[in-house]
Amino acid sequence: MNPLGVTAYTTTTALGRGKAAMLEALRRGKGGLRANDFDRAELRAWIGRVAGLEEAPIGGALAEFDCRNNRLASVGLGQDGFKESVSRAKAKYGARRVAVLLGTSTSGILRTELAYRQRDAQGNLPPDLHYRHAQNLYSITDFVRQVLALEGPAMTVSTACSSSAKVFASAARYIEAGIIDAAVVGGVDSLCLTTMHGFSSLQLVSDEPCRPFDAARKGMSIGEAAGFALVERGAGPLSLLGYGESSDAYHMSTPQPDGEGALGAMQQALTRAGLEPGEIDYVNAHGTATPANDRAEDRALVRLFGKRVPVSSTKGFTGHTLGAAGIVEAIVCFLALEHGLLPATLNSTAIEPGLESMVLLENRAAKVRRALSNSFGFGGSNCSLVFGE
Amino acid sequence: MLSGAAAFEPSAVQRPAVSLLPPAERRRCAPSVAWALAVAQEAVQSSGLDAGTLSVVFVSSDGDGDIVHRLCSALATPAAAVSPTDFHNSVHNAATGYWSIGAHSPAASTALCAYDASFATGLLEAACQIAIEKRPVLLMAVDLPYPPPLAPHRPVRHGFAAALVLEPGTGLEISLDGSEPTAPPMRDFEGNASAACVPLLAALARPGEALVRLPLAGRVLQVRKI
Repeated sequence: MNPLGVTAYTTTTALGRGKAAMLEALRRGKGGLRANDFDRAELRAWIGRVAGLEEAPIGGALAEFDCRNNRLASVGLGQDGFKESVSRAKAKYGARRVAVLLGTSTSGILRTELAYRQRDAQGNLPPDLHYRHAQNLYSITDFVRQVLALEGPAMTVSTACSSSAKVFASAARYIEAGIIDAAVVGGVDSLCLTTMHGFSSLQLVSDEPCRPFDAARKGMSIGEAAGFALVERGAGPLSLLGYGESSDAYHMSTPQPDGEGALGAMQQALTRAGLEPGEIDYVNAHGTATPANDRAEDRALVRLFGKRVPVSSTKGFTGHTLGAAGIVEAIVCFLALEHGLLPATLNSTAIEPGLESMVLLENRAAKVRRALSNSFGFGGSNCSLVFGE
Repeated sequence: MLSGAAAFEPSAVQRPAVSLLPPAERRRCAPSVAWALAVAQEAVQSSGLDAGTLSVVFVSSDGDGDIVHRLCSALATPAAAVSPTDFHNSVHNAATGYWSIGAHSPAASTALCAYDASFATGLLEAACQIAIEKRPVLLMAVDLPYPPPLAPHRPVRHGFAAALVLEPGTGLEISLDGSEPTAPPMRDFEGNASAACVPLLAALARPGEALVRLPLAGRVLQVRKI
């Protein structure tokens, strides 16, 4: 494919607001997970919570959009001069030639969950549910599009944990097809009861901070995050070089044990990038710390890369940010490429015997020219992205 | 540059049978998934193409309201015990997940939402996939009414599902335009975002040229049948 320039990016996670906060945390090996204190805090779990959202309601003309997910988006957009970068693109190409493609898995459903606790005697929900501007999956994209005053094509991609990786692939196609010149891609997912209790019901949540690939791993830690990137036609010093998408065709909530689907996505990404596996300097794994994911992903990584490529999962830093995981971990790759930092697999101390990838347990300083990021979601939705110069 | 085969179901039909799925998945999948896969299966059969060669684009404005209601009802109880099946069925891409399992297809799939513009958005995504990846696409759309107490917050009178198989070809030209959408012919489908495709289906069903405009964020998707 023709490389797609990444000309601006920002992320807000449990590590803090903006990319400098993430870089600092990665450098210092200081994670952002905390013992669950969300809502009634009944579940024993560790979470990646973004501070201050309770004090940041959305007011004014966009007040109907007020919900945790859109608050997180609003805070996220306000970092790293991202809005100004988008304004420059809008001035250069025209508002109709800049798309907004965002991923989310649960959007503003927390508002509806809490409303169910306030049903009246007849079982009716309060009138201020704001379904369209909160719960509906398009709400996040509609909100961001209006904040940025963009007028190009807009959609939410919601394929569980691969959502905000797949938006890069769609953006690349739209630009290649000539209907737009630039796109704001990314995603936002926020803490809510559905995912906290849902993943728990599947026994996928650890009662300790998650430790990907570790022999003693017990499952995931859920996090919330917002991440955005501006992509534009034409290669730049930081570009999307390739993408790959596939389906496991195996099970709704368990990955294919031999990693066949994951392998397919990674291979496609390399093929589109015109690269051999040996040309990848760093892999940011999906690495959720569930026994099944890490084992299956390791199989796929070893089949494709052998045991040579440094791999880490950074979900111990931020938590698994679900619909935002794709963009958050793409941004970890951006930082790796720009600062020569391969981050450690935080919280992990002893890799499970039998896993053969070169999983980093310590930070490593090295020149990174090409990085690959994996995102695998429920329904067997796989997406791999290759970034580099 | 698309040609198409299509199937659709209005809500008079009870939960449709989906022979594509193995018995356990057939039982477990949500109503909206059953609807989407029933029309998808029909469209793929009439296209004569192998399911494994089709990338999949799924669109829905509202997802599955029955599952949302059950999850939120459970979450409002002191125990907050949700069904694990309901949870993994609540993802927007449940239909594509079940499709890939039933069709044994490793092809890429996506699941999109753009509220009332969801169908046109899916068609645009499908068109770009065809133009760039040069493979056929299965596009499926479904929206069903929400149960109480959610129903008043997103009024949808009748359910609707449709599927199209689109191949590289010379049947349809897609472009972005600033004019008004073509109004859907049936008032029964008021409020149903997936039913926005009805003017397109009508044009495909009739011989001759046609021009259809489907609602997209801030403008329309113009589809010219040649």
